[in-house]
Amino acid sequence: MSAALQTLLKRPWIWSFVGAGVVWLAAIAFTRGYGAGGMLTAAMSLAVFTVIVGVGQMFVITLGPGNVDLSLPANIGLASAVAMKTMGGDDRLLVLGLAAAIACGLAVGLANYLLIWALRIPPIIATLSASFIIQSVDISYGRGLQIKPPPGFADFTNIVIAGVPLLAILTVLFTIGASIALHRTIWGRSVVAIGQNQRAARLAGLKVEPVRCATYVLCGALGGLNGALLAGYFRGANVDIGNEYLLASIAVVVIGGTSVSGGRANLPGVWGGALFLVLLLTMLNTFGVSAGVRLVATGLIIVAVITAAGGEKPTR
Amino acid sequence: MSAAAAVPSANASRAEWRRRLRAALPGLSLALVIAAIAWLNPRAISYFGFTLMLNLAIPIALATMAQLFVIAGNDLDLSIGTFVGFVCCVSATWLHDTPWLGVLTLIGCIALYAVLGALIYLRNLPSIVVTLGMSFVWQGLALLLLPKPGGKVPGWLQTIMGVKPPFIPFPIVAAALIAAVGYFGLMRTSYGAVLRASGGNALAIERAGWSLLKTKMTLFALAGAFGVLSGMALVGITTSADANIGNGYTLLSIAGVILGGGEFVGGVVSPVGAVLGALTMAMAASPLLTFMRIPPDWQVGANGAILIIVLAARVAITRKGSER
Amino acid sequence: MPDAGASLVDFTGVEKSYGAVRALDGADFSLEPGECVGVVGHNGAGKSTLMHVLSGGVAPDRGRLIVAGEEQAHWTSARARALGLRCVFQELSLCPNLTVAENARVVHPAIRGLGWRQRAGWLIIDKLDEIFLGHGVRAGDLVQDLMIGRRQMVEIARAFSVSEAPARLIILDEPTSSLDAHTAGQLLMHVRRSVESGVSCVLISHILGEVLSACDRIVVMRDGKVVMAGAARNFDRAKLVGAMGGIEPETPEAQAITAIAARGEGSVVVRVRPDRQTDDWDVVAREGEIVGLAGLAGHGQTDLLLATFAAASHRRAGAMVSAPVALVAGDRQSDGVFPGWSIAHNIGVRSLRQLRAGPLLSARLEDEFANAWRERIKIRTPDIRNNILSLSGGNQQKTLFARALGSDARIMLMDDPMRGVDFGTKLEVYDLIRAEAQRGRTFLWYTTEVEELKNCDRAYVFRNGTIVAELARDELNEEQVIHSSFAGVA
Repeated sequence: MSAALQTLLKRPWIWSFVGAGVVWLAAIAFTRGYGAGGMLTAAMSLAVFTVIVGVGQMFVITLGPGNVDLSLPANIGLASAVAMKTMGGDDRLLVLGLAAAIACGLAVGLANYLLIWALRIPPIIATLSASFIIQSVDISYGRGLQIKPPPGFADFTNIVIAGVPLLAILTVLFTIGASIALHRTIWGRSVVAIGQNQRAARLAGLKVEPVRCATYVLCGALGGLNGALLAGYFRGANVDIGNEYLLASIAVVVIGGTSVSGGRANLPGVWGGALFLVLLLTMLNTFGVSAGVRLVATGLIIVAVITAAGGEKPTR
Repeated sequence: MSAAAAVPSANASRAEWRRRLRAALPGLSLALVIAAIAWLNPRAISYFGFTLMLNLAIPIALATMAQLFVIAGNDLDLSIGTFVGFVCCVSATWLHDTPWLGVLTLIGCIALYAVLGALIYLRNLPSIVVTLGMSFVWQGLALLLLPKPGGKVPGWLQTIMGVKPPFIPFPIVAAALIAAVGYFGLMRTSYGAVLRASGGNALAIERAGWSLLKTKMTLFALAGAFGVLSGMALVGITTSADANIGNGYTLLSIAGVILGGGEFVGGVVSPVGAVLGALTMAMAASPLLTFMRIPPDWQVGANGAILIIVLAARVAITRKGSER
Repeated sequence: MPDAGASLVDFTGVEKSYGAVRALDGADFSLEPGECVGVVGHNGAGKSTLMHVLSGGVAPDRGRLIVAGEEQAHWTSARARALGLRCVFQELSLCPNLTVAENARVVHPAIRGLGWRQRAGWLIIDKLDEIFLGHGVRAGDLVQDLMIGRRQMVEIARAFSVSEAPARLIILDEPTSSLDAHTAGQLLMHVRRSVESGVSCVLISHILGEVLSACDRIVVMRDGKVVMAGAARNFDRAKLVGAMGGIEPETPEAQAITAIAARGEGSVVVRVRPDRQTDDWDVVAREGEIVGLAGLAGHGQTDLLLATFAAASHRRAGAMVSAPVALVAGDRQSDGVFPGWSIAHNIGVRSLRQLRAGPLLSARLEDEFANAWRERIKIRTPDIRNNILSLSGGNQQKTLFARALGSDARIMLMDDPMRGVDFGTKLEVYDLIRAEAQRGRTFLWYTTEVEELKNCDRAYVFRNGTIVAELARDELNEEQVIHSSFAGVA
């Protein structure tokens, strides 16, 4: 029994779940136990959105130092508008709307990669610049009335089964699939190799550029999906709907134990990090803090976690 | 001298020529933007016109210089924008109401930047993540200070920023001064060479006995100092503050440094180029786009597009350059 | 209590390990004032590590260090510098983004205040004039614009330059690797002049001729220890090679094997021309051949291997590669090893397609594959699931060999892969290479150790990125290689 416990404690993602638990306990201590279950359900609902983009961001970050997708918020905003406009409030166009949003995200991911590959711009700058352009596209495209999601779709995103949101269950299945992709496909193995040593990966015969392209495209597509789902859950699309997901997507990756310098990734940690962040925000809201305190607390926690984790140890 | 020595010098001069071309890019871009503006709206090319258009160039140039110091050390500061916003808020509140508190806070901010630099060096942290986190901290602090736009600029600050020198518009004088300070400090002093060396080959200068901790802290402290100046200049121009006012400065500052011939790694930066880049971005960011009748919705995107175009131009010039 | 007649440096029993890699295994080293000591040994013998300990950059695990007559408990690079110790290591330590004068300033903290740039410039240019007359370098040149030969000259001159404290000991680690014959000669003359004026020098070089001519004493290292030391006049090339651990004399079987390949009957599988080649000389390799790439280090051999590697997957004008290739890296850390992975994963990465069961990778197949190679190539580890850094340097290199040999590649490109590998491992791998060549695999082998060329059927000598000679089996020795690499230079 204690041997199993020991291996469990060695896992890099265990501390994110522990942290999530601590924060949840702090919150319900404040409310004296009131609404503890509801808090968990709501937390799971909200965590879904961070997990989806967190997975995409995790794969990009694992590609190696300097790889990060800063265009996520703009991507999410644009995709939410695309999804809502395509669905046009009609449940029969549901699948088309989702497909359009994912395709939009895919295009963003591809555009990001082309900037990085063709113009040799570091990913940070490429995705940052792209995000400004996407923002403009979104503002002009999404101009006009706020489009409501089709009622069936909106309800679907809010279904709860025995205290667990349906979206959460689906997302857990998705995470399992992503884990299999990471550990047991050639693509997943290549991503980790490139993150550890890009030059060695190329010299070992791995197809570096196609793998990087696929990774950025995947991250973009997941952003698109996320935009559509968010619009359904919050019953409407808008430009800023994705703003908090930039820091959140990076934070859950870092808190979950994935190495920021690349080459080491894990999926359970994304869930642990997402739950931790969402419950942290819930706790702060329960305490009744203002937006300013919320921002400061979130930022400080990120800095604290990355400081505690430390960076790549310099080689001899 | 043998033939073998002649070939190397030919290669060296070709590399030098390419580098000179890249060094001319910032000046060329600025000239291009001015020419475009002159063509679209000839009346803008005047003392008054320049003063108006380059209005915001001073805080942008200061923020760009701050980013330059960080980039010189192979890092990136994604929080400079929200930091400038926070300094604005402090200047419009504490600096105006209780000056000693305001001054203390601002000095504390510079110290905090130095501490961040130390943290990044000692724990080997990626500056992207740390500064991204800090950007939320500054944003939150700014919101706490000024939940709604407001505040009042200290009189002396407004006076300084409103100076109208004869013949040459104030922004140009100020930009020249900033460029001179940056150039002299980083490119002409002996310690400036060491600071740049920390970006070029950190291991080598550590072996030579210099403290990398000190260089990192110095670079970050300088970034913090120029960030503070940027925020103060900004509020001196706008006379009131708002927590979100600096948010675009992150991209603008990075664009200015790169446009000015800087590179993300290797300690290759040009203070004069960066200031020219900042002026170019200042004019291209709003005035040029307005004259080109680009709708406000697209002005945000145009900033991103400009950065991409600049980087594409550099790649085109150095296509045959070093490849890893 | 410094003793007037004491050695400058006296190290005994120095040991240093990096994880499982035993870099120094009880080495002794001493140095008198005003003498030039040459240090020779194969790659991986511990020469550079010993120099890093000497310069204070690396703290030994064990050992007694006496410098200038005083025992040193904590020998640091700051104290070494204060005592007048300078180094020129193989990894160049100039800052490419600074000018030559600024780089000079960086090592002379005393040069500051008004006019520092001019003074630093004079200092370095004067020294360059003194050592390398006609160098053509200017104080305002940006280092990144200089060719590697000039960079090395600047680095050497900087080490000899003096601002306040005099230089008492100068360590030169492969200083002539990027210099041509004329410039190398200038350096060695300067070394003799300095030594005569009382400065001590340590010279590490692969070119035994240089060491024999320029040094007063020679120290031979092997497997982390000093195995022989004595006055230079008592050594000759054969004795040095023998002490370093020379290649075994040809056994009859080896002769037979190589005789078969020498017939050159296989079809041509590689034909690649170096980028800078102006005539139409190609590197050609036939099936089953072991072709060497020789010449001074960094003269285009690696570039040719990389060009061949690229030509296997992309069309390239004038290049023909007719079978899959695999590369064995020499610089393990930057080109080969995946430090976060197990040994098994490191071996299997080139063969992922073969390790699938259905659409997904199979852990069972990976383990079987890795274990098979562990047996075959004798990787010393209790478990192939351990992290690769738990292996010694030689075994890590064997892992890289297993990766290449276990793949479907028919052409092996080897980029000086025996660097940092102990002598015993080298012999095992030579046998394996010969066996594989017999089975029809082709090898393109770049090596900086001329003695290794004896494993090859023939070799191309490179100079400034082009082929300048092709040597047959019986011509593969140091004199011929050096002679051909300098032939044709004005």
